[in-house]
Amino acid sequence: MAIDDTPLSAPGAGIGRSGKVALALRGLPHRIGPVLAVIAALIALWYLACIPMNAQNALMLAEREGIAVTPATAQERRDMSGIALALATPDQAVARAFGQDRPRLPSPHQVVEELWTSTVGLKVTSKRSLVRHAGITLAPTLLGFLIGSLAGIALAVGIVHSRLMDLSVMPWAIASQTIPILAIAPMIIVVLNSIGIQGVLPKAIISAYLSFFPVTVGMVKGLRAPSASDLDLMRTWNASALRTLLTLRLPTSLPYLFASLKIAVAAALVGAIVGEFPTGAVSGLGARLLAGSYYGQTVQIWSALFGAAIVAALLVATIGVIQRVTLKRMGLAG
Amino acid sequence: MSWARRNQNWLPWVGGTALVAIPIFLFPAAAPAWDILRLLIVWVVLWQWNTYLSRTRFGPIASPLLFGLTLLILWEMACRLFAIPSVILPPPSAIAVALSENTAILWGDWIQTVLKGAVSGWLIGSAAAIATALLVARSDFLRRGLLPVGNFVAALPIVGTAPILVMWFGFGWESKAAVVVVMVFFPVLVNTVAGLADTTAMQRDLMRTYGATPTQTLRLLNITAALPFVFNGLKIATTLALIGAIVAEFFGSPTFGLGFRISTEVGRLNLPTVWAAITVAAVTGSLWYGIIALIEKRLTFWHPSQRGRG
Repeated sequence: MAIDDTPLSAPGAGIGRSGKVALALRGLPHRIGPVLAVIAALIALWYLACIPMNAQNALMLAEREGIAVTPATAQERRDMSGIALALATPDQAVARAFGQDRPRLPSPHQVVEELWTSTVGLKVTSKRSLVRHAGITLAPTLLGFLIGSLAGIALAVGIVHSRLMDLSVMPWAIASQTIPILAIAPMIIVVLNSIGIQGVLPKAIISAYLSFFPVTVGMVKGLRAPSASDLDLMRTWNASALRTLLTLRLPTSLPYLFASLKIAVAAALVGAIVGEFPTGAVSGLGARLLAGSYYGQTVQIWSALFGAAIVAALLVATIGVIQRVTLKRMGLAG
Repeated sequence: MSWARRNQNWLPWVGGTALVAIPIFLFPAAAPAWDILRLLIVWVVLWQWNTYLSRTRFGPIASPLLFGLTLLILWEMACRLFAIPSVILPPPSAIAVALSENTAILWGDWIQTVLKGAVSGWLIGSAAAIATALLVARSDFLRRGLLPVGNFVAALPIVGTAPILVMWFGFGWESKAAVVVVMVFFPVLVNTVAGLADTTAMQRDLMRTYGATPTQTLRLLNITAALPFVFNGLKIATTLALIGAIVAEFFGSPTFGLGFRISTEVGRLNLPTVWAAITVAAVTGSLWYGIIALIEKRLTFWHPSQRGRG
């Protein structure tokens, strides 16, 4: 119980905050402040970068409307850098930097606006709804994450229990990650397509391949985490290897498992997104990226990118919550 | 397996299995059940051999090699026994042939993708990240702000910026290097910042009692303490760099480069060449990782993770 927890019936009970909440709130500015400052600085940099990046286009628009710009023709302007152009005609370059239709670098508010209209503004069933696309990408992500994590745990159990597997499989597991799997993604998808496997599974395989490795490495560490005296105790009780695994090794490894699951789920999302590139898929976050790059819809690319970022953050946060609840119930975290 | 472990006299045992195995290979059988049995026998024999080998002093080197060889043999056998079409999975021998036939083309691809795209981007990105980290580490405020943000960005699907950067920097190697810079930057930054902060109060006090200047403290204490973290970041970055350089080529490239080769040859269903390109990428990735790991071993020999190993 926190220090100032009062009985429910006491006078003044329910006014103010409990000790725990107050403590958490007091620490908040200390932690959130710097993060907000860094994010604000990044956004300011982004706005600043918009001016030279979009100067070429901005001056062209101004010229079309009959406003005088310093290098008068597009011919002369073509070889000039964005910064030089922005300095030559600062007022026009600044005024038109942030609201262009197809900017080279869309401004933050344009991206936020597009994100808002394509998530909240549209029905989920709409073809342009980002929620629908995110959902389509989420299915192979989660399936691949599930397969990859289970395979990773199984492999780690094998490695911990067999010296031969530790010696022979572990180096190959490491080497497997130096293969740029994303380079194989098109092949896996085309090949599986040719033998009639389509849809979620090929992308899930790529996700699984990307997510198994962090889980294997983390779980090998976690399953070896029990101290020698704990293991000796199990031995004095004549516990079988399976019993030791279930009652000692697995519970001890949980903090490691969750840490690696967070990495794995983010990797699985990357796999699912890249898995959409080679198929020329029409739906999914990766397909939005690809379509945006084909048609020069920069705002769409950026909003798909941020959509993916939000999905990744939500997935990692979900595992974080599960981690907290589980570890707390096990008494491993305060 | 436990029977084999108890049986110290391994030679007759392995020899016996081989004697059983040879007739099975001499008499070609039509039933697929036979083929599966053959694969299983080869697997068991080689695995037993490996079990023995792992207990000798050559184990740490020989075991992984034999395991890799086992996989290759089984792969080749499976391709031949079940007549798997090379469009689905070419046998290793076909890949080796494709590799030797296309050496000149793949060499050009390698220079374009690895040297110009991945390595240059990796160098620029890592250098920028380490420089930024050295600046950030001076301020506790910036560090506390940048670490969560950097960790968040490092987990994002940054590969997705590839279409944007290809749009900005054109189809040449510059855009690939740019993608690599963006992919590599945050993992190295986060690791370096965390590493520079990884000193104990005791160590800092010691530097103070020695009357060390801030520059000396940075050089002798913080940078040394950060090295294991930096190398961890650099190792992650090697894999990311190759992925970035190859994936960026899917969005537009000149008519050479490993990513271009893979995507066009897949379209022509010329799978042996695709696998040859993947082999080149995999060997490059492993060597690159190995080189960084070697340098790490040289520079951070004092770290617990490097002690007690060969």
